[in-house]
This record gives sequence, C-alpha cells and structure tokens, in this order.
Amino acid sequence: MKRRKERIDRGIKARSEDIFALSSYREMLYLLVPRAIPVVGLLGVAPFLSPYWQEVFISTAVYALLAISWDLLISAGLVSLGQSLFYGIGSYIAGALNYYWGWSPLFTIPVATVGGGLLCTVMLLPVLRLRGIYFAMVTLVLPLMLMRLVEATRILGGTEGLTGLTPFPNPLMSLYIIQIALLMALFGFRRIINSDYGLIVRGINDNDRSVMSAGINIYWYKTQVLFLGASVGSFAGAFGTHVDMFAGMPGFALDYSLLPVASAVVGGMGTFAGPMIGAFILVPLSEILRALGALRIVFYGLFLVIFVVGLPEGLFPYMQRKYHQFERWVHVE
Amino acid sequence: MLLGTLVYGFINSCILALVALGFNLTFGISGVANFAYGAIYIFSGFLTWILLNSLGLPYLLSVLISILCASCVGLAMYYLIILRVKGLSLSEVMATFGLGLAIMELFRYFDFVGFKYTLPVFFDGSVAIGDVYVDYQRLIIALIAVGLTLCLYLFTHHTKIGLAFRAIAQDERTALTFGIDSDRIGALSMAFGAGLAAIAAIVILPLGTIAVEGGYEVLINALAVCIVGGLGSTVGILVASVLIGYAQTFTANYLEPHWMMLVSLIAIAVVLVVKPSGLFSHQKELEERI
Amino acid sequence: MNDTIPLLKVSDVSKSFGGVTAVSSVSFKLKGGELLGIIGPNGSGKTTLVNLVTGFVKPDTGRIEYSGKNITGWAPYKIVSLGIARTFQMVRPFYRLPAFKNLIVPLYSPRVKKLTGGKYGDRDAVALDLLEEVGFERDAHVSYKVAGSLPQGYLKRLELAKCMALRPDLVILDELFSGLSLAEVASIVPIIEKLRFQGKTIVMIEHRLKELFRIADRVMVLNYGKKIAEGSGKEVMENESVKKAYLGSETE
Repeated sequence: MKRRKERIDRGIKARSEDIFALSSYREMLYLLVPRAIPVVGLLGVAPFLSPYWQEVFISTAVYALLAISWDLLISAGLVSLGQSLFYGIGSYIAGALNYYWGWSPLFTIPVATVGGGLLCTVMLLPVLRLRGIYFAMVTLVLPLMLMRLVEATRILGGTEGLTGLTPFPNPLMSLYIIQIALLMALFGFRRIINSDYGLIVRGINDNDRSVMSAGINIYWYKTQVLFLGASVGSFAGAFGTHVDMFAGMPGFALDYSLLPVASAVVGGMGTFAGPMIGAFILVPLSEILRALGALRIVFYGLFLVIFVVGLPEGLFPYMQRKYHQFERWVHVE
Repeated sequence: MLLGTLVYGFINSCILALVALGFNLTFGISGVANFAYGAIYIFSGFLTWILLNSLGLPYLLSVLISILCASCVGLAMYYLIILRVKGLSLSEVMATFGLGLAIMELFRYFDFVGFKYTLPVFFDGSVAIGDVYVDYQRLIIALIAVGLTLCLYLFTHHTKIGLAFRAIAQDERTALTFGIDSDRIGALSMAFGAGLAAIAAIVILPLGTIAVEGGYEVLINALAVCIVGGLGSTVGILVASVLIGYAQTFTANYLEPHWMMLVSLIAIAVVLVVKPSGLFSHQKELEERI
Repeated sequence: MNDTIPLLKVSDVSKSFGGVTAVSSVSFKLKGGELLGIIGPNGSGKTTLVNLVTGFVKPDTGRIEYSGKNITGWAPYKIVSLGIARTFQMVRPFYRLPAFKNLIVPLYSPRVKKLTGGKYGDRDAVALDLLEEVGFERDAHVSYKVAGSLPQGYLKRLELAKCMALRPDLVILDELFSGLSLAEVASIVPIIEKLRFQGKTIVMIEHRLKELFRIADRVMVLNYGKKIAEGSGKEVMENESVKKAYLGSETE
C-alpha cells in the first residue's frame, strides 16, 4: 500500500489570519509568541551573560546584522559575496572620523552608516545592470582589492590600521545598541518585504522583464535596496570599530563575506529570521571550536555543504512549516 | 631589464593560462561551477608529495596517481554534490566552495605547512635567452601551457565529447534531445577540469612550496582570467592571460611586487564595467541587458 | 488626436543578433485608433520588432517615433510611461502570488501615479476590478487563486489586465491567442473590441489568421525580417509572396 505525506494548515493558523486573531487570546498568542522570542531572548538574556560571552554575543549580533542585510539584497536578486565590503567601508569611515577628527561614536556611527551606504552603492552601480553572477563576482573581488590597496598605499593606517579609537562609555550600552539595531533590522525588513514595495522588489528577482514592461525602472529599485543593505552593513562595520577600538584591513576579511552567506544557507534565504538564526548558531559554534584552530574552517565548509545539499530550504522555513502545518502519512488508493 | 620582463611576462602568462584552463573547462565551457578548484590544485600537490616522500613511489607513478585521484575527486563531487543542487547556481557555488574550503583547511590543520613541502623540478639547469636566464622548469611550463591550450581548443571544437561539453552549457534541454546525457557529460567535464588542475599543480608547484594560500590564489587568478577573457572562450583565456600576466610582471619589475595582485583585480573591475561578458565571450546575452 | 502625425512611426529599423538578421529595414506607420495585425511565419522577426518598439532591444539602424517623439533606444520603463504597453509571448506571471496581486506591480508604475495624480486608494480593489473587466468571474473568486494554478486562458487574460492597468494608448499583444481554445478566443475578442471602443490603438501579432482578420483594420506581413506585404486581410492573403512565405514554393 502506498503512502504519501499530507500537510494541512493547523486550524489555529487559518483562524489567526482573519479577524479571529483579535477575538481570542489563543490566536493572539499564536501570532505573538514567535515574534516575541527573539525580542525577549536577546534583550532578556544578554545582561546575564559573563563578559566573555557578552563579547561573543556582540560579535554574533554584528554578523547577524550582516546576514540580514545579505538577505535583503538577495530578495532583490542581488547575490552579494562581499558583505565585508560594506563592513570594511563603514569601519574605515567611522574609524577615520574618530581618529583624525576626534568625532564621538554618537556622530561617527550615523555618518558612517549613511556615508558607507552611499559609497558602496556608487561603487556597485555599474554592475547593477549585469546578470547575477557578475554582481556576485564583483562583490567578491572588491573588498580583496581594497584590502590590497590599503596595504600597498599605506593610507588610513596601512597594515596596522587605526588603533586606540573611542569605545562606548558603557559595555552594556554597546550590547543594547546592537540588539535594538538587530531587532529593528529584522522586523523592519520583514515589514518592507511583505509590503507592496517588497512585492515589486521580489518581482524584480522573479521576473525582471515583466516588472520592466510594467513601467517600473528596476535599476532605481535595485539601487534603493542596495543602499539599504549597504547602510546596514556599514552600520555593523562602524559599530564593530568602536567596540574593537580598531579599524583596519581585517575589516575587509573574507570571514565577513562568508559568514552571512553561510548563515543564510543554514537558516533559510529570504526569511530574515533564518539568517539571524544561522548567525546565532554559527558564530558561537565557531567560538567554541576556536580551540581546534584551522579545523574550525573545515567545519564551516562542511556545514555549508551539508546544509546546501541536505536542507536547502533552511532551518527557519523548516521550523515555520512545523509550526504552521501538521504532517501525516496518508494512504493512497 | 626589458628582455627579462618580456620573457618572464610570457612565463607568467603561461602559468595563468595553465591555471585557468581547467576552471574554464568546467565553469565556462560546461556551465558547472567548481569553486573547489583551488583546493583540488593544492590537493594534487600534497598528494604527489605524500606519494613521493612518505610512500617512496617513483615520480612518474606518483604524478599519474595524483592526476587520476584529482579526476576522481571531481567526478565524486559532481555526483555527490552538484547533482543534488543542479540548476541553482548560487547553491552550486557555495557547496563547492565550502568543500574546497574544508579540504584546504584540513591540510592546514594536519600541519602541511612549511618549506619542506616542495615538488621536484623536472630538469635542473637553465638556458639563456639573450642575457636572461630561464630555468628549464619554466620553459616546460610554457610548452605545456601552449600545448594544452591547443589541445583543449581542438577538443572542444572538434571532438564529440568536447562539443557535448559546450552543448550542456548553452541549452541543457536541447542537448538532452540530442541524446547527450547531461549528467554524465557534466561529471566528465568536472573530472577533466580537476585533472587539468592536477597537471597545472604538478608543473607549477615545483617553482615554490606547496602552500594552502596557493589554493586561494589559484582560485582568484583563475576567476580573474576567465572573467577578463570571457567565460567559455579558450581564445579569451589566452588573451586575458597574456594581458594580466604581462601587466603583473611589468608592475612587479618596474613598480613594486605587492601591487601585482591589485593588477589582476583592477583588470576584472575594469572589464566588468566596460565589457562585462569578457573580451571574447560567446555569451553575449549576459550583456544584452537593458 | 492629431490625424496628420501618426501615433507610431517606425522607419527603416534593422536588428541583427550575431550573424542572424532578425529585422531588416522595416517601416510602417500606425494611425491612432486602428488595429494593426502583424503576421508571418515563425522566425520572421515579429517579436523582435515588438522588442525594438518597446525598448527591450536597441535597433542597429532606424528610427522609432511615438506621437512625434523620437523614442529610438529608450529604456522600456520610459517607453511605458509614454503609454505603450505590451504582453509577452511566453506568459510568465508571478506564480506564487494570487492573480490580483500580480497586478500590483503595474499599478505602482510612475505612469499610473501620474495619471491618477498620486492618490490611488486601495490598489487591491482596483486590481480586482481590472480582473473582472477581463473576465475573471468575481463570484467564483478566481482572482484570489494563486497564479500558478490558473489555466492558460486565464493567464493570458491576466497578461492583458497587466497591460490595461497601465492605462496605455497603444497596446501591443504578442500572440495573445496562441494556446487558447476557440471558446477562449471568442471570450477575449469582446475585451479587445472594448479597448478599441475606448479609443486605444492596438497591434496584434498572431498566427491565428481567421480570428485576426475578423477584427483587424490592416495587416502587415513579415518574412525573414522584411516586410513583404501590407493591406487588408483579404488583400494580403491573395498576395503571391505571402502565399509563398507561408506555404513554401515548389522548387523549379
């Protein structure tokens, strides 16, 4: 006797999509709990961690921000293999403003965010017109190029970088700033993608000729999305600079490019929550494995392969599916 | 100085071309992403070293086994990984890159780092061209590079299998209707590409030490040459290698050595902006973007 | 509408792709309000001609003018803003979205914004109305179905609705009738007639000649990228070169 798997939406999902969500506590909780978990988890857990783990937490949050901004770019069809470009540029702008002109983090971070976003968008503007793989290749190559450029011309501190920068007045403050930024990015981007604007952006990814023939300038939309993603990435860079009190060539490291992609692969592309989960798994994992030295990267690589091949949709869609639907085996006549 | 730069520039171009050939075969000509290329290059190098030194096998045998092993790795990669994610180019790239990363760092973990890891040169000694001395190894590299490029060109344009390679990149469905088993051909192309990586490794690595960083450099260089020359075009590879090779050598001799990498990266950036599909690309559709 | 300036004027336009000449020195004029049919064997360059006019492909030589304005080489979104809309031969909606959500994208175009003065109201409602106009039955809630689950007849009508959402003056339909049953074609023709009644100019590329000749004012025939005949349906079908193009000729 043959069997097949049948998936049915849970009753509570159907009810909570309509007006019932407002009339029953159960439906409201059903909708609220998944959204409350990251908020409570982040804001509630963080202050109780030991200082070492707080540092890891901040680092994870920075990577998660990069991963979320990567996810935004991919929703528009822009495959970025170089998130480190945004990180590095943001980091250098904030670092330079602080080092040469003594600006406080209160000013360097916003300026670096917007300025970094603008600069990166302008740099990538020529490639927006090309097919996906070329955008990916240019983003891969640009940060490496900039790293070599800094090394060769010895500007902005050269190989040593800019050191001794102003930190945040209070370590708890940096913790909360990054978390709030992360949550804002998560919920903000989700809101954007689910709106009509996001529909157009996803349409560009799906079938750009159709969107073009509907009279929409897809390059303007792509530019906007790129600016948004680049700004968030630059914010992460600027923030990281003040936490580490250092800005330098490692800002363009391959690590900042790879981890967002790996997080998205593990957590699920296009869902924003997925890459965040992915980052929160991969970064602490790599910290724990730090003792193993180069083996850490071996694990990264294998992790990537296993997830791409085995669970291509990612962890978050999988969990989402389980939450919203139940499956059962059904006999087929 | 000028003669030296010209000669060594040519050698450099040959090295680049040799390195790019295998990558071009799989990615450019057959449309199968193989970002573990650098890893296979290094893998063949280390394998040959192990066979030679730890197992004491004769040189020719080690070389042959290495090339075969590399090809098998390529074949296995296709059937185990690429097949499962076929069609989603991003996933192909990431999966192969992840595997390549794992392989390369595994060698680093097992401490395959140091000056004792070298491969022997074919012949000792050098020959004089004008007042420039060129060692035999470099001459052999040049010969093999030119020879292999020619063979590859003839192969992809005049043999049935070679044409099949090109067919599956252009339109897989049509290829299927012609009786071309795209899976088998794709696997073969990956195996060939890996084999070419091994050949390149065996010929080029004797010039220095076998280092894990070399794997990354190889991938970047191969990418650079293929992008500038145009993915898929053997002629493009030649021209791009010459351009980048000479630019690098001139920079190293007349400016400073650490600007060398920058040159290839600048070349890519410029080409992508000006003529994105590469100088000699066949895939003009990539450019017909409005 | 000024009668002396043609709405669309295509002069000596050519385009080659590599070694293949897709369109070779084609010229024609369109008067406002008329329905022009473009026919020809497969590969004669009809879709390329449409791509040229709508900006998806830039001509190698020649000039395209719309209402007196030179639009040669303009980008598609700019041409749409002027009032030209087209459908695609290979219908590809956003499969995972409901049918009416597919119309949201054209409703956000700058042209629509300009024509409605920026204040739109509920786009979803407008989308649903548009779909009802093209024949999506409201009580059967067909508009809410996911586009991937709809049969071809509905998808073609969705394409038409996407055009109409842009409020164009010139509508170019690329093989709208292909793949449809006689009944489906018969149900779409009144919609096209309604467009004509509203004063729109229509260009239709078709293979189904009988249905086309019934509604077209004028017909143009392309073969191997060249225009070989122009006139009413009847005139064109009696043209010797047209017969040779479609049916082939005996080799001497």
